[in-house]
Amino acid sequence: MNLSITLTVNGRERMLALPDPRVTLLDLLRDRLDLTGTKKGCDRGHCGACTILVDGRRTNSCLALAISHDGADILTIEGVAHGDTLDPVQAAFIAHDGFQCGYCTPGQIMSAIGLIREGQAGTDPERVREGMSGNLCRCGAYAGITEAVLEAQRALDAAEQEQAA
Amino acid sequence: MYDFAYHKPTSIADAVKILAADPDAKPVSGGHTLLPALKHRLNQPSALVDLSGIAELRGIKREGDTIIIGAMTRHGEVATSDIIKSAIPALAHMASTIGDTQVRNRGTMGGSLANNDPAADYPAAAMALGAKFQTDRRTLAAEDFFQGMFTTALEPDELLIAIHFPVPKKAGYAKLKNPASRYSMCGVFVADGAAGIRVAVNGAGPGVFRQEAAEAALSANWSPEAVAGVKQDPDGLNSDIHGSAEYRAHLVTVMTKRAVLDAG
Repeated sequence: MNLSITLTVNGRERMLALPDPRVTLLDLLRDRLDLTGTKKGCDRGHCGACTILVDGRRTNSCLALAISHDGADILTIEGVAHGDTLDPVQAAFIAHDGFQCGYCTPGQIMSAIGLIREGQAGTDPERVREGMSGNLCRCGAYAGITEAVLEAQRALDAAEQEQAA
Repeated sequence: MYDFAYHKPTSIADAVKILAADPDAKPVSGGHTLLPALKHRLNQPSALVDLSGIAELRGIKREGDTIIIGAMTRHGEVATSDIIKSAIPALAHMASTIGDTQVRNRGTMGGSLANNDPAADYPAAAMALGAKFQTDRRTLAAEDFFQGMFTTALEPDELLIAIHFPVPKKAGYAKLKNPASRYSMCGVFVADGAAGIRVAVNGAGPGVFRQEAAEAALSANWSPEAVAGVKQDPDGLNSDIHGSAEYRAHLVTVMTKRAVLDAG
Protein backbone atom coordinates (compact mmCIF):
# COMPACT_ATOMS: atom_id res chain seq x y z
CA MET A 1 0.00 0.00 0.00
CA ASN A 2 1.37 3.41 -0.96
CA LEU A 3 1.04 5.68 2.05
CA SER A 4 2.77 8.72 0.62
CA ILE A 5 0.88 11.96 0.14
CA THR A 6 1.63 15.47 -0.99
CA LEU A 7 0.02 18.39 0.81
CA THR A 8 0.36 22.12 0.41
CA VAL A 9 0.50 23.41 3.98
CA ASN A 10 0.38 27.19 4.44
CA GLY A 11 1.67 27.66 0.91
CA ARG A 12 4.52 25.18 1.16
CA GLU A 13 4.44 21.82 -0.58
CA ARG A 14 5.20 18.88 1.69
CA MET A 15 5.78 15.27 0.67
CA LEU A 16 4.92 12.95 3.52
CA ALA A 17 5.17 9.20 4.07
CA LEU A 18 2.55 8.06 6.57
CA PRO A 19 3.34 5.26 9.05
CA ASP A 20 -0.17 3.84 8.59
CA PRO A 21 -3.58 4.98 7.27
CA ARG A 22 -4.96 5.93 10.68
CA VAL A 23 -3.15 9.27 10.89
CA THR A 24 -5.56 12.21 10.93
CA LEU A 25 -4.72 15.60 9.44
CA LEU A 26 -4.72 16.92 13.02
CA ASP A 27 -2.10 14.45 14.25
CA LEU A 28 -0.06 14.94 11.09
CA LEU A 29 0.02 18.71 11.57
CA ARG A 30 0.85 18.56 15.26
CA ASP A 31 3.14 15.54 15.52
CA ARG A 32 4.89 15.44 12.16
CA LEU A 33 4.97 19.06 11.03
CA ASP A 34 5.23 20.65 14.50
CA LEU A 35 2.31 22.94 13.66
CA THR A 36 0.83 22.79 17.15
CA GLY A 37 -1.35 25.87 16.77
CA THR A 38 -4.19 23.60 15.67
CA LYS A 39 -5.59 22.14 18.88
CA LYS A 40 -6.94 18.75 19.83
CA GLY A 41 -10.03 19.23 21.98
CA CYS A 42 -12.57 16.43 21.87
CA ASP A 43 -10.98 14.52 18.94
CA ARG A 44 -14.54 13.54 17.92
CA GLY A 45 -15.73 16.39 15.72
CA HIS A 46 -17.82 18.12 18.36
CA CYS A 47 -15.74 21.06 19.59
CA GLY A 48 -14.13 22.64 16.51
CA ALA A 49 -10.76 23.33 18.21
CA CYS A 50 -9.04 21.49 15.34
CA THR A 51 -10.68 23.56 12.58
CA ILE A 52 -8.45 24.20 9.56
CA LEU A 53 -9.25 25.17 5.97
CA VAL A 54 -8.96 22.30 3.48
CA ASP A 55 -9.19 23.57 -0.11
CA GLY A 56 -10.77 26.69 1.40
CA ARG A 57 -13.46 24.85 3.37
CA ARG A 58 -13.70 24.72 7.15
CA THR A 59 -12.90 21.19 8.27
CA ASN A 60 -12.54 19.32 11.56
CA SER A 61 -8.99 18.01 11.06
CA CYS A 62 -9.54 15.37 13.77
CA LEU A 63 -12.07 13.58 11.53
CA ALA A 64 -10.09 13.82 8.31
CA LEU A 65 -7.75 10.98 7.45
CA ALA A 66 -4.52 12.41 6.04
CA ILE A 67 -4.24 9.57 3.49
CA SER A 68 -7.57 10.67 2.01
CA HIS A 69 -6.27 14.20 1.34
CA ASP A 70 -3.47 13.68 -1.16
CA GLY A 71 -3.06 16.92 -3.12
CA ALA A 72 -5.08 19.07 -0.70
CA ASP A 73 -4.35 22.69 0.08
CA ILE A 74 -4.25 23.23 3.85
CA LEU A 75 -4.36 26.52 5.74
CA THR A 76 -3.72 26.51 9.50
CA ILE A 77 -3.49 29.27 12.09
CA GLU A 78 0.28 29.44 11.49
CA GLY A 79 -0.36 30.52 7.91
CA VAL A 80 -2.82 33.38 8.31
CA ALA A 81 -0.62 36.32 9.42
CA HIS A 82 1.49 38.16 6.87
CA GLY A 83 4.88 38.36 8.57
CA ASP A 84 4.39 40.52 11.65
CA THR A 85 1.06 41.82 10.42
CA LEU A 86 -1.84 39.94 11.95
CA ASP A 87 -4.78 38.83 9.86
CA PRO A 88 -7.72 41.22 10.46
CA VAL A 89 -9.56 38.37 12.19
CA GLN A 90 -6.67 37.80 14.60
CA ALA A 91 -6.47 41.53 15.34
CA ALA A 92 -10.22 41.70 15.96
CA PHE A 93 -10.11 38.78 18.41
CA ILE A 94 -7.48 40.67 20.42
CA ALA A 95 -9.35 43.96 20.24
CA HIS A 96 -12.59 42.37 21.47
CA ASP A 97 -11.18 39.89 24.01
CA GLY A 98 -12.56 37.04 21.94
CA PHE A 99 -10.96 34.49 24.24
CA GLN A 100 -9.96 33.78 27.79
CA CYS A 101 -7.81 30.64 28.08
CA GLY A 102 -7.12 30.67 24.34
CA TYR A 103 -7.33 26.94 23.69
CA CYS A 104 -10.25 27.13 21.25
CA THR A 105 -8.95 30.35 19.66
CA PRO A 106 -7.00 28.95 16.68
CA GLY A 107 -10.07 26.93 15.69
CA GLN A 108 -12.33 29.95 16.27
CA ILE A 109 -10.15 32.15 14.08
CA MET A 110 -9.88 29.59 11.27
CA SER A 111 -13.65 29.11 11.43
CA ALA A 112 -14.22 32.89 11.34
CA ILE A 113 -11.89 33.25 8.33
CA GLY A 114 -13.82 30.48 6.60
CA LEU A 115 -17.16 32.06 7.49
CA ILE A 116 -16.16 35.47 6.13
CA ARG A 117 -14.78 33.92 2.92
CA GLU A 118 -18.04 32.01 2.44
CA GLY A 119 -19.80 35.36 2.46
CA GLN A 120 -22.16 34.01 5.12
CA ALA A 121 -21.34 36.35 7.97
CA GLY A 122 -22.94 39.65 6.98
CA THR A 123 -23.76 42.11 9.72
CA ASP A 124 -26.33 40.09 11.62
CA PRO A 125 -24.96 38.82 14.97
CA GLU A 126 -27.39 35.91 14.96
CA ARG A 127 -26.06 34.72 11.61
CA VAL A 128 -22.52 35.00 12.93
CA ARG A 129 -23.43 32.95 16.00
CA GLU A 130 -25.07 30.32 13.80
CA GLY A 131 -22.10 30.34 11.41
CA MET A 132 -19.68 29.89 14.31
CA SER A 133 -21.76 27.18 16.02
CA GLY A 134 -19.24 24.46 15.18
CA ASN A 135 -16.72 26.01 17.57
CA LEU A 136 -17.23 25.66 21.30
CA CYS A 137 -15.65 27.97 23.88
CA ARG A 138 -15.83 26.59 27.40
CA CYS A 139 -14.69 29.92 28.87
CA GLY A 140 -17.78 31.44 27.33
CA ALA A 141 -16.13 34.23 25.35
CA TYR A 142 -18.91 34.07 22.77
CA ALA A 143 -19.92 37.72 23.07
CA GLY A 144 -16.36 38.84 22.28
CA ILE A 145 -16.02 36.27 19.50
CA THR A 146 -19.20 37.50 17.81
CA GLU A 147 -18.04 41.13 18.10
CA ALA A 148 -14.63 40.18 16.70
CA VAL A 149 -16.11 38.40 13.67
CA LEU A 150 -18.44 41.34 12.97
CA GLU A 151 -15.57 43.82 13.21
CA ALA A 152 -13.28 41.71 11.02
CA GLN A 153 -16.09 41.51 8.46
CA ARG A 154 -16.48 45.32 8.55
CA ALA A 155 -12.70 45.83 8.25
CA LEU A 156 -12.47 43.50 5.28
CA ASP A 157 -15.53 45.07 3.61
CA ALA A 158 -14.00 48.53 4.06
CA ALA A 159 -10.65 47.39 2.65
CA GLU A 160 -12.43 45.86 -0.33
CA GLN A 161 -14.38 49.05 -0.99
CA GLU A 162 -11.20 51.11 -0.72
CA GLN A 163 -9.55 48.84 -3.22
CA ALA A 164 -12.49 49.13 -5.60
CA ALA A 165 -12.56 52.95 -5.30
CA MET B 1 -8.42 3.00 16.25
CA TYR B 2 -7.57 -0.54 15.33
CA ASP B 3 -5.42 -0.83 12.24
CA PHE B 4 -7.04 -1.16 8.83
CA ALA B 5 -6.00 -1.38 5.22
CA TYR B 6 -6.91 1.57 3.01
CA HIS B 7 -8.23 1.65 -0.52
CA LYS B 8 -9.18 4.63 -2.64
CA PRO B 9 -10.84 3.32 -5.80
CA THR B 10 -11.74 5.69 -8.61
CA SER B 11 -14.77 3.83 -9.97
CA ILE B 12 -17.94 2.34 -8.50
CA ALA B 13 -17.07 -1.04 -10.04
CA ASP B 14 -13.68 -1.14 -8.33
CA ALA B 15 -15.17 -0.13 -4.97
CA VAL B 16 -17.80 -2.89 -5.17
CA LYS B 17 -15.13 -5.40 -6.19
CA ILE B 18 -13.03 -4.60 -3.10
CA LEU B 19 -16.08 -4.74 -0.82
CA ALA B 20 -17.22 -8.06 -2.31
CA ALA B 21 -13.78 -9.62 -1.86
CA ASP B 22 -13.56 -8.67 1.81
CA PRO B 23 -16.71 -8.96 3.96
CA ASP B 24 -15.06 -6.99 6.79
CA ALA B 25 -14.19 -3.99 4.62
CA LYS B 26 -16.34 -0.87 5.04
CA PRO B 27 -16.99 2.04 2.71
CA VAL B 28 -16.30 5.51 4.13
CA SER B 29 -17.66 8.78 2.74
CA GLY B 30 -17.38 11.89 4.96
CA GLY B 31 -16.34 9.76 7.93
CA HIS B 32 -18.12 11.89 10.52
CA THR B 33 -19.90 8.87 11.98
CA LEU B 34 -17.44 6.10 11.16
CA LEU B 35 -14.23 7.80 12.33
CA PRO B 36 -15.57 8.60 15.83
CA ALA B 37 -16.80 4.98 16.02
CA LEU B 38 -13.32 3.75 15.04
CA LYS B 39 -11.70 6.04 17.61
CA HIS B 40 -13.96 4.55 20.28
CA ARG B 41 -12.98 1.08 19.00
CA LEU B 42 -16.66 0.31 18.47
CA ASN B 43 -15.91 -0.98 15.01
CA GLN B 44 -13.05 -2.96 13.54
CA PRO B 45 -13.16 -3.04 9.74
CA SER B 46 -10.33 -4.89 8.02
CA ALA B 47 -10.19 -2.17 5.39
CA LEU B 48 -11.68 1.23 4.61
CA VAL B 49 -12.82 1.84 1.07
CA ASP B 50 -12.61 5.61 0.66
CA LEU B 51 -15.31 6.77 -1.78
CA SER B 52 -13.98 10.33 -2.12
CA GLY B 53 -12.02 9.47 -5.27
CA ILE B 54 -15.08 8.36 -7.25
CA ALA B 55 -16.22 11.32 -9.35
CA GLU B 56 -19.37 9.55 -10.59
CA LEU B 57 -20.77 9.52 -7.03
CA ARG B 58 -20.93 13.31 -6.85
CA GLY B 59 -23.13 15.99 -8.25
CA ILE B 60 -26.66 17.32 -8.41
CA LYS B 61 -28.76 17.38 -11.56
CA ARG B 62 -32.34 17.77 -12.67
CA GLU B 63 -33.87 15.32 -15.14
CA GLY B 64 -37.47 16.26 -15.93
CA ASP B 65 -39.34 16.30 -12.64
CA THR B 66 -36.65 14.48 -10.69
CA ILE B 67 -33.66 15.81 -8.79
CA ILE B 68 -30.80 13.31 -8.78
CA ILE B 69 -28.22 13.72 -6.03
CA GLY B 70 -25.01 11.68 -6.04
CA ALA B 71 -24.43 9.77 -2.82
CA MET B 72 -21.11 11.54 -2.12
CA THR B 73 -22.68 15.00 -2.38
CA ARG B 74 -21.92 16.89 0.82
CA HIS B 75 -24.58 18.50 3.03
CA GLY B 76 -23.11 21.94 2.33
CA GLU B 77 -23.51 21.36 -1.42
CA VAL B 78 -27.14 20.28 -0.95
CA ALA B 79 -27.84 23.36 1.20
CA THR B 80 -26.40 25.80 -1.33
CA SER B 81 -27.35 24.13 -4.62
CA ASP B 82 -29.39 26.45 -6.87
CA ILE B 83 -31.03 23.41 -8.48
CA ILE B 84 -32.27 22.09 -5.12
CA LYS B 85 -33.13 25.52 -3.74
CA SER B 86 -35.42 26.20 -6.66
CA ALA B 87 -36.96 22.70 -7.00
CA ILE B 88 -37.16 21.45 -3.39
CA PRO B 89 -36.29 24.37 -1.09
CA ALA B 90 -37.33 22.35 1.98
CA LEU B 91 -34.57 19.84 1.21
CA ALA B 92 -31.92 22.57 0.89
CA HIS B 93 -33.21 24.10 4.11
CA MET B 94 -33.03 20.70 5.84
CA ALA B 95 -29.41 20.24 4.74
CA SER B 96 -28.53 23.70 6.09
CA THR B 97 -29.67 22.61 9.58
CA ILE B 98 -27.46 19.52 9.81
CA GLY B 99 -24.72 19.88 12.43
CA ASP B 100 -22.47 22.86 11.78
CA THR B 101 -20.52 24.15 8.79
CA GLN B 102 -17.52 21.90 9.48
CA VAL B 103 -19.81 18.87 9.54
CA ARG B 104 -21.69 19.99 6.41
CA ASN B 105 -18.39 20.39 4.56
CA ARG B 106 -17.56 16.69 5.07
CA GLY B 107 -20.76 14.74 5.71
CA THR B 108 -22.53 13.29 2.68
CA MET B 109 -26.15 12.58 1.83
CA GLY B 110 -25.40 8.96 0.92
CA GLY B 111 -23.39 8.41 4.08
CA SER B 112 -26.19 9.75 6.24
CA LEU B 113 -28.89 7.73 4.49
CA ALA B 114 -26.85 4.50 4.50
CA ASN B 115 -26.13 4.96 8.21
CA ASN B 116 -29.83 5.55 8.96
CA ASP B 117 -29.29 7.14 12.36
CA PRO B 118 -32.75 7.56 13.95
CA ALA B 119 -31.92 11.23 14.61
CA ALA B 120 -30.61 11.95 11.11
CA ASP B 121 -32.51 14.47 9.00
CA TYR B 122 -32.54 13.13 5.42
CA PRO B 123 -34.57 9.91 5.96
CA ALA B 124 -37.70 11.99 6.62
CA ALA B 125 -37.25 13.92 3.35
CA ALA B 126 -36.62 10.73 1.39
CA MET B 127 -39.68 9.03 2.87
CA ALA B 128 -42.05 11.99 2.49
CA LEU B 129 -40.94 12.81 -1.06
CA GLY B 130 -41.04 9.15 -2.17
CA ALA B 131 -37.36 9.13 -3.11
CA LYS B 132 -35.80 6.23 -5.00
CA PHE B 133 -32.45 4.79 -3.96
CA GLN B 134 -30.20 3.80 -6.83
CA THR B 135 -27.49 1.31 -5.86
CA ASP B 136 -24.85 -0.43 -7.97
CA ARG B 137 -27.32 -3.26 -8.64
CA ARG B 138 -30.94 -2.14 -8.12
CA THR B 139 -33.34 0.67 -7.27
CA LEU B 140 -35.19 0.71 -3.96
CA ALA B 141 -38.19 2.70 -2.74
CA ALA B 142 -37.66 4.64 0.49
CA GLU B 143 -40.12 2.33 2.32
CA ASP B 144 -37.97 -0.67 1.40
CA PHE B 145 -34.61 1.02 1.96
CA PHE B 146 -35.07 2.01 5.61
CA GLN B 147 -35.32 -1.00 7.92
CA GLY B 148 -35.16 0.44 11.43
CA MET B 149 -32.43 1.79 13.67
CA PHE B 150 -29.07 1.99 11.84
CA THR B 151 -30.34 -0.61 9.36
CA THR B 152 -31.04 -0.43 5.64
CA ALA B 153 -31.67 -2.88 2.82
CA LEU B 154 -28.10 -2.39 1.52
CA GLU B 155 -26.01 -5.55 1.33
CA PRO B 156 -22.53 -5.30 2.91
CA ASP B 157 -20.91 -4.98 -0.52
CA GLU B 158 -23.67 -2.82 -2.05
CA LEU B 159 -23.06 0.85 -2.72
CA LEU B 160 -25.62 3.62 -2.75
CA ILE B 161 -24.99 5.56 -5.97
CA ALA B 162 -27.61 8.31 -6.07
CA ILE B 163 -30.91 9.38 -4.60
CA HIS B 164 -33.75 10.39 -6.92
CA PHE B 165 -36.18 12.93 -5.47
CA PRO B 166 -39.40 13.63 -7.38
CA VAL B 167 -40.02 17.40 -7.37
CA PRO B 168 -43.07 17.99 -5.14
CA LYS B 169 -45.82 20.59 -5.53
CA LYS B 170 -44.85 21.79 -2.09
CA ALA B 171 -42.88 20.56 0.91
CA GLY B 172 -41.82 21.78 4.32
CA TYR B 173 -39.59 20.75 7.19
CA ALA B 174 -39.47 21.62 10.88
CA LYS B 175 -37.47 20.09 13.68
CA LEU B 176 -36.60 20.60 17.29
CA LYS B 177 -32.90 20.05 17.44
CA ASN B 178 -30.90 19.05 20.43
CA PRO B 179 -29.20 22.34 21.34
CA ALA B 180 -25.81 20.65 21.90
CA SER B 181 -25.55 18.03 19.18
CA ARG B 182 -28.09 19.54 16.77
CA TYR B 183 -29.40 16.09 16.07
CA SER B 184 -33.13 15.95 15.59
CA MET B 185 -35.18 15.36 18.75
CA CYS B 186 -38.17 15.28 16.44
CA GLY B 187 -38.32 16.46 12.86
CA VAL B 188 -41.25 16.35 10.45
CA PHE B 189 -41.11 16.61 6.68
CA VAL B 190 -44.42 17.17 4.89
CA ALA B 191 -44.81 16.90 1.15
CA ASP B 192 -47.51 17.09 -1.48
CA GLY B 193 -45.93 15.35 -4.41
CA ALA B 194 -45.68 12.34 -6.69
CA ALA B 195 -46.24 9.96 -3.76
CA GLY B 196 -49.32 11.88 -2.61
CA ILE B 197 -49.51 13.78 0.64
CA ARG B 198 -46.96 12.37 3.03
CA VAL B 199 -45.79 13.19 6.54
CA ALA B 200 -42.53 11.56 7.69
CA VAL B 201 -41.02 11.80 11.16
CA ASN B 202 -37.37 11.51 12.20
CA GLY B 203 -35.73 11.69 15.63
CA ALA B 204 -38.80 10.61 17.57
CA GLY B 205 -38.76 6.87 16.92
CA PRO B 206 -36.20 4.11 16.36
CA GLY B 207 -36.32 4.94 12.65
CA VAL B 208 -38.12 7.20 10.22
CA PHE B 209 -41.89 6.59 10.06
CA ARG B 210 -44.93 8.00 8.33
CA GLN B 211 -47.63 9.71 10.38
CA GLU B 212 -50.70 8.45 8.61
CA ALA B 213 -53.32 10.31 10.67
CA ALA B 214 -51.60 13.58 9.77
CA GLU B 215 -51.46 12.52 6.12
CA ALA B 216 -55.22 11.89 6.13
CA ALA B 217 -55.88 15.23 7.86
CA LEU B 218 -53.75 17.14 5.36
CA SER B 219 -55.33 15.32 2.41
CA ALA B 220 -58.70 16.66 3.56
CA ASN B 221 -57.45 20.13 4.42
CA TRP B 222 -53.85 21.33 3.89
CA SER B 223 -53.44 23.66 6.87
CA PRO B 224 -51.66 23.75 10.24
CA GLU B 225 -55.06 23.71 11.97
CA ALA B 226 -55.97 20.42 10.28
CA VAL B 227 -53.13 18.57 12.03
CA ALA B 228 -53.41 20.34 15.40
CA GLY B 229 -55.61 17.55 16.75
CA VAL B 230 -53.43 14.67 15.53
CA LYS B 231 -52.31 12.58 18.49
CA GLN B 232 -49.12 10.54 18.13
CA ASP B 233 -49.05 7.36 20.23
CA PRO B 234 -45.88 7.54 22.40
CA ASP B 235 -45.63 3.74 22.54
CA GLY B 236 -42.34 2.70 20.92
CA LEU B 237 -40.94 6.22 20.61
CA ASN B 238 -37.45 7.09 21.89
CA SER B 239 -37.09 7.99 25.54
CA ASP B 240 -33.75 9.27 26.82
CA ILE B 241 -32.08 12.04 28.85
CA HIS B 242 -33.10 14.55 26.17
CA GLY B 243 -36.80 13.81 26.24
CA SER B 244 -39.43 11.24 27.14
CA ALA B 245 -41.50 9.33 24.60
CA GLU B 246 -44.54 11.40 25.65
CA TYR B 247 -42.64 14.63 24.99
CA ARG B 248 -41.54 13.44 21.59
CA ALA B 249 -45.10 12.35 20.77
CA HIS B 250 -46.23 15.89 21.58
CA LEU B 251 -43.45 17.26 19.38
CA VAL B 252 -44.70 15.23 16.41
CA THR B 253 -47.91 17.29 16.34
CA VAL B 254 -46.12 20.60 16.93
CA MET B 255 -43.46 19.95 14.27
CA THR B 256 -46.08 18.78 11.77
CA LYS B 257 -47.93 22.08 12.19
CA ARG B 258 -44.70 24.04 11.75
CA ALA B 259 -43.70 21.98 8.72
CA VAL B 260 -47.05 22.72 7.04
CA LEU B 261 -46.50 26.42 7.78
CA ASP B 262 -43.01 26.13 6.30
CA ALA B 263 -44.41 24.52 3.15
CA GLY B 264 -46.98 27.31 2.77
